[in-house]
Amino acid sequence: MLLAALLGAARRGTAVQAAYMPISATKFVSVIATEPDASPVTIAAYALRSEPVTNAEFLAFVTTQPQWRRDHAPAVFAESRYLAQWQAADRLGTNALPDQPVTQVSWFAAQAFCESEHARLPTWLEWERAAAASSTVADARNDPAWRQQTLDWYAHPSGAALAVIGAAPNLFGVRDLHGLIWEWTDDFNALMITADSRDQDDPDRLKFCGAGALNLRDRDNYALLMRIAMLSSLQAADTTTNLGFRCARSLTEKTP
Amino acid sequence: MKISTFFAARFVLACACVAAPTFATSAHVATTALPGDSVYQLDVPLVDQDGRRLHLADRRGKPQLISMFYTSCQYVCPLIIDTLQKTEHALAAADCTRVEVTLVSFDPATDTPPALKKVADERHVLSPRWLLTRTEAPQVRKLAAVLGIQYRELQNHDFNHTSVLILLDADGRIVARTDKIGEVDPRFVAEIERAIAR
Repeated sequence: MLLAALLGAARRGTAVQAAYMPISATKFVSVIATEPDASPVTIAAYALRSEPVTNAEFLAFVTTQPQWRRDHAPAVFAESRYLAQWQAADRLGTNALPDQPVTQVSWFAAQAFCESEHARLPTWLEWERAAAASSTVADARNDPAWRQQTLDWYAHPSGAALAVIGAAPNLFGVRDLHGLIWEWTDDFNALMITADSRDQDDPDRLKFCGAGALNLRDRDNYALLMRIAMLSSLQAADTTTNLGFRCARSLTEKTP
Repeated sequence: MKISTFFAARFVLACACVAAPTFATSAHVATTALPGDSVYQLDVPLVDQDGRRLHLADRRGKPQLISMFYTSCQYVCPLIIDTLQKTEHALAAADCTRVEVTLVSFDPATDTPPALKKVADERHVLSPRWLLTRTEAPQVRKLAAVLGIQYRELQNHDFNHTSVLILLDADGRIVARTDKIGEVDPRFVAEIERAIAR
């Protein structure tokens, strides 16, 4: 098994480019009611990285951009636990396998990595749209079996070591959206949730200018609600042991 | 006696804060390395209400009150400017010119220098002590992230955002913040006085 991991690492090390899977434009009903009226929102065409960014890939990044090494990155961009699971600032060691998704990365570091691939972090809507797909349909969210399968992961204790990337792809050819890690989104700081977002007569009207905090629809979709709650609680320099990322690119495709 | 001193101080202050401002050249040019926890680590190119180009880090040297807003906002954003002015007026007379104000727009598409200038004129705020600025969209997201400000653009082109005043020390470190909008937060005023005294 160790051998397999090493071979995987060697293959990945020589991989030319990460794959970005094209996903067409669509109208999409998000778990977040982004607008007061509950109409679907338009998501433009984009391409999403087929897998989360791995330790090996992130190591290659900090090697070419040493300002993002854990011993160089300013505290305002990455807190003290940034890449703390690596053996050294320039070495993975035994606690961070090359093919494991990189975690303990801040939003700023994730953005910088994506920029190095001429990409950006996906928006929440882009992530949610891709993550709604099963292996056969683009929107499996109302399929109880699929729902239960995605939810099972969240019930696992998070103490166990992270698996390596490479679970079965979904309809878009994207892997590991569920069941491996939490993921940063570009607009993590747009997910403003109040304790009780049913209250339209918003006590936070002063705190949140405009229409107030987000409403959540589809309250049975616990898997997504947990992700939103987690992202909305983070600051951009924060890192956690289960939080990684993947990147996205905008596509200039005609809307259907 | 105490009361009369207080009123005298308030009177002098009202004059001092609208008096011709000292220009940016009076701020000392920092030669020491920027601290790792300074907001100025982030490169934010700005254009102000007079169309001048600068970088956020050029504000290094004096304590800074910083917040984010947008000019077409009807409700909270005017209150943010109100609160900043009230907060300045709560400072001791000599102190209000020793702190600067930088506002950055959430809405670069609309908030051109003339749009910013219009608000600056309406609110009688003087450049360069008060700068109303814009930056490009990707930098808006990064600046909000570094300041811990949440915001989201709605389809009707309004923005939801946290309303907060943030105090940076002379080197750009966040030393205090308040989400009390519409009235002066005495704890925040005390922090500004402390930052000025340093």
